Amino acid sequence: MERITYRELRSTPKVWGVMALCAAFVGAAGLSVLYIEHHGHIVTGMNNQVVWGLPHVFAIFLIVAASGALNVSSIGSVFGKMAYKPVARLANVLAVALLMGGLAVLVLDLGRPDRLVMAMYTYNFTSIFAWNILLYTGFMGVVAVYLYTLMARGVDPRALKAASLLAFVWRLALTTGTGSIFGWLVARTAYDSAIMAPMFIAMSFSFGMAMFMLVMILTTSITRRVYSPELRTRQARLLGVFVAAVMYFVIVHHLSNIYLAKKGAYESWILLNGGVYTKLFWIGQVLLGGIIPMFLLFHPKIDTRKSYVLLAALLVVLGGLAQLYVIVVGGQAFPLEIFPGFEVSSSFSDGVVNAYTPTLLELSLGLGGIALALMIAGLAMKFLRIVPENLSDDNVDPSLLAD
Amino acid sequence: MIIPTKEKGADISRRDLLKSGGAMATVTLASGVTLMSFGGKAAADGLKPGARWGLLIDAGKCPEDCSACVSACSKEHGWEDNGLDTDPQWIRKVTLREKETGRENSLPVMCQHCDEPPCVDVCPTGASFKREDGIVLVNRHTCIGCRYCMMACPFKARSFVHEPVTDQRTDSPRGNGTVEGCNMCVHKIDRGDGTTACVEACQATGNNAMMFGDLNDPESDIAIAVSTYASVELRADLGLNLGVRYQNI
Repeated sequence: MERITYRELRSTPKVWGVMALCAAFVGAAGLSVLYIEHHGHIVTGMNNQVVWGLPHVFAIFLIVAASGALNVSSIGSVFGKMAYKPVARLANVLAVALLMGGLAVLVLDLGRPDRLVMAMYTYNFTSIFAWNILLYTGFMGVVAVYLYTLMARGVDPRALKAASLLAFVWRLALTTGTGSIFGWLVARTAYDSAIMAPMFIAMSFSFGMAMFMLVMILTTSITRRVYSPELRTRQARLLGVFVAAVMYFVIVHHLSNIYLAKKGAYESWILLNGGVYTKLFWIGQVLLGGIIPMFLLFHPKIDTRKSYVLLAALLVVLGGLAQLYVIVVGGQAFPLEIFPGFEVSSSFSDGVVNAYTPTLLELSLGLGGIALALMIAGLAMKFLRIVPENLSDDNVDPSLLAD
Repeated sequence: MIIPTKEKGADISRRDLLKSGGAMATVTLASGVTLMSFGGKAAADGLKPGARWGLLIDAGKCPEDCSACVSACSKEHGWEDNGLDTDPQWIRKVTLREKETGRENSLPVMCQHCDEPPCVDVCPTGASFKREDGIVLVNRHTCIGCRYCMMACPFKARSFVHEPVTDQRTDSPRGNGTVEGCNMCVHKIDRGDGTTACVEACQATGNNAMMFGDLNDPESDIAIAVSTYASVELRADLGLNLGVRYQNI
C-alpha cells in the first residue's frame, strides 16, 4: 500500500476545454442577468403568483447538494471510515464551490441584487432567510478551516476531528435552514410541514453524493487518474441508500398530507391532475430520480460497471432538479386557499392553477450556477493539491476491503 | 418624528420574543423611513398613540360589478393593472361562490395588515415592517426583491414590480425589482385625512361597503360596528389577528 499523493491537475487541452465550456455557460448566465436587470423580471416567466421560478430550483439544488458533498468528507473524519479520507479534500472544495454557485444564482435572481449589502447590515432576526445568510457564509468559513486541517502538515488530529465535527453539525443546521424556508410557510398547502427540514437533509445526502461522484468520475477520467472501484462501489451503494431515504421522506410527507382533509385537494392535484407537475413528480422525481437509480446502484454487478454509477448519479441529479421544481414551482402553482369552502375567481388568479413557463434566460442563469460551481472546483483542483493521484484499490485503507 | 412606543408589560408576544435582538433596529428603521417617505411634521401630527388602524368590509353591500375601490387605489398610488400576470394589484375584487349552497358574493381583498404578519417574520432585511399603529409596509429603500414575503403572505396581497416604473406618485414611491402592496393610504392617515382612497371611493358610490377607523378606540364607528355585529377574519385559523375584517361573507 502506497501513501496517497495529491497533485494539481496538469494543464491538458481536456482540462482547459472543460473549464472553457463552464466559462461559456457562466458568461451566458452573466448576459442573462444583465438583460433581466435592465428590463426587469417581466422578461422571465415569473409573475406575481409564481414568484420563485427555475433559478430558485437550481439555486436550492446547488445549496442542498453543497452540504451533501461535504458529507463525503464527514464520513471519513467524523465517522472514522478511513477509506473516504483520500477524497475528503475534494469533498470540501466541492461543497464550497456548489454553495458559491447556488448563492450566485439566488443573489442574481433578486429584484435588486445591487442591494445585497443591505442583507448584511439591516438584519431581521425572525427571518430564516436572514439566518441562512449567516449559515451559508459561516459554512464557507468552517469548511475552509476543515480543509486547512486536512491539507496542512503537522496538524493535531484532534484539531482535524474538532473541525470536521463542527462542519458536520454546521451542515445539518444549514440544510435545516434551507428546508425550513418552505417548512415554515404556513400560508401554502404544499409547504407548512416540519418534515421539510429532515427531507431536505436526506436530499442533500443524495444530491451531494451524486454531484461528488459525477465530478470524481469526470475528473479522474479526463486526467487519467484512478478512482478506486472499491471506493466507487461503496459510495454508489451509499448513494442508493440516500436515494431510498429521500423516497421514504417523500412517501411519509404525501401520506401525511393525504390523511389531512384540508390538504386532500392539493395531494390529488399534485399526484394525479397537476399536468406537468404530476408528470415531473412521477416520471422525473420518482422513476428517473428514484427507482431507476436504486435499481442501478443496488445492481449486483455495480462494482465492475462504472457506466451504471455514472448514469445513476446523473439521474439522481436530474431527479433532484425535478423534485425541487415540483416543490418550488408546483407548490406555488397550486391556488392559495384564502376562502375555504368557496369557489373563487378574480383578476389576480384566485382559485386557478397559476401559470409559469420558464424562459431560456432563467435556464441559462441556473445552468450558469452549476457551471460556476464546477469552474470553482476545477480551478481549485488545477492549482491546489486536492485530487489524489494514486487512488487505486490497493491504496485505499484495507479495513474497507475487509468488511 | 415620533413613533409611539408600545407599552411592554408582562405579556410579551411571540414576535417580541423572537425579535428581542432586532427590535431596536426595526423601530429605528421604521421611523427613518417614514420621515423620508412621508415628511416630518405632518406625519408626526397624524400619528395617534395606541391606535390600530383597520378596515371593515361588508360583503353584503359590495356589488360584483363595482370596482370603485380598485380604481381609486390604482389612481391614488399610481399602479396599473393591464391584465398581465406581472402587473401589480394592491387591491382586487374576488367573487365567491359557496360550494355547498351556490350562494354568490363579492368583496375586495388587500393587505390584511396582520398583527402577526408572516411577511414581516420572513423578510431578511426588515424591509417588511409593521408600524406601531398596525399598518404593514414595505420599505422600498431596503427591499432587495427576494419575494419571500410573497411566498409567506396567505392573502396574495403583495405584488412584485416586474419592470421600470415611471410617473410615480410622490406619496407612494415604487421601484422596479421591489415588492409592494396596500399601505392603508398611510400618507393620508399621517396627514390626518382619517380615511383611505378605497373607502372614500366606496362611500362615494353610495354602497358604503367599506369602513375605516381605529379598532382600538371604543368610540370609533368601526370599533362599535365590530363589537355590535358579527364579523370575521380571513384564514382565522392562522391566528394572525388581522386589521381587516369582513361581514356577510
